[in-house]
Amino acid sequence: MDDGRPIFLQIAEQIENQIIDGSYGDGEQVPSINEFAAFHRINPATALKGITRLVDTGVLYKRRGIGMFVADGARDRLLAERRERFGTEFVRPLVAEARALSLTTDHLIEMIRKETP
Amino acid sequence: MTTIVEATGLTKRYGKVTAVDDATFAVRAGTITGLLGRNGAGKTTLMHLITGQEFATSGSIALLGESPVENAGVLQHTCFIKESQRYPDDFKPKHVFATAPRFFANWDSAFAGELINEFRLPVDRRIKKLSRGQLSSVGVIVGLASRAPLTIFDEPYLGLDAVARQTFYDRLLADYAEHPRTVILSTHLIDEVADLLEHAIVVDSGRVIIDSSVDALRADAATIAGPASVVDQATRSLTVLHREALGGFVSVTVTNVSDDDRRAARDAGLEVSAVSLQQLIIRQTGGAPDHHTHSTLTEEASR
Repeated sequence: MDDGRPIFLQIAEQIENQIIDGSYGDGEQVPSINEFAAFHRINPATALKGITRLVDTGVLYKRRGIGMFVADGARDRLLAERRERFGTEFVRPLVAEARALSLTTDHLIEMIRKETP
Repeated sequence: MTTIVEATGLTKRYGKVTAVDDATFAVRAGTITGLLGRNGAGKTTLMHLITGQEFATSGSIALLGESPVENAGVLQHTCFIKESQRYPDDFKPKHVFATAPRFFANWDSAFAGELINEFRLPVDRRIKKLSRGQLSSVGVIVGLASRAPLTIFDEPYLGLDAVARQTFYDRLLADYAEHPRTVILSTHLIDEVADLLEHAIVVDSGRVIIDSSVDALRADAATIAGPASVVDQATRSLTVLHREALGGFVSVTVTNVSDDDRRAARDAGLEVSAVSLQQLIIRQTGGAPDHHTHSTLTEEASR
């Protein structure tokens, strides 16, 4: 894993992605910190930091002695958050690149339609 | 925060050569800490000072709060795997593993047995006859199965092939997760171990030039590329470690980068990418002997 951001953020985001795509449903248990560390070959402290972040944001919750579970409604909240960020993270660079290539907005819309049959 | 090793103004001179120069750092208990730097940077001397095998010329070194020199009380909690460990002439690996429990209170012989199988080590062959890689795996097995509260590996993988090194990293991580302890890993194969490390201490020409959490280091650095004038504008207030130009296009490695700086650079149409720990260290230690730049990252040490 390496896209420039701290690894713990990448771990957190990957778990979020798996909640969004339904791999982990509401109330379901996620792997342990040591399992994440071994799978990604990262320091357990880093994995812990990623998980802690998700506990802090209410995506996961801890059941002492048992493990980490997906909080109720986590998927809906994550979806809402991601949709909000979609504009700045995806649309803005798309429009900027289109401008650089002298594509008109109409042309861009046309291309998006073509990709979404 | 508990520290297991603490060095203050630590200096070691051999005649005119200063191997360790005014080193101040701490190793936090329970971390995997990388001791990184080029060959001859002073890593091995530092480890000898930590384990009381060398006397400091000046400054102090504390291991578990005490001076390690001639101090069996604290040294019994350490396991130091040297790059060139010597064994008695007729020793076979099985003799090493048979004597290990006398030195290491936490020795796990079942774990050692598993590792012997995984590394395919011939335990009944004379150590003199072992290949370099097999000799290294003897050290790796002792280091892992000792479960010493402080385990130090000095370039433990010489001669180990990629598969065996991966086995070492995987077993180290898994066992560390189950049996938390402090591990100091000295290496120049930085990319291979970067993700295993929680903390990095980088030495160059005997000086500690970086003492920081690996997360903070990564978050702090970036490479920003694009048209020269735009890049220079965007990186004006940042610490520039390296600058490469190709015509009007430049690529600049910078530290002290905030999220806002990244966003601003991206919004200006620049390309912002990650700097690997290895790249970052090359940028910090690669140049001519120049100590003017060494202060940029040591401030992290005080965190």
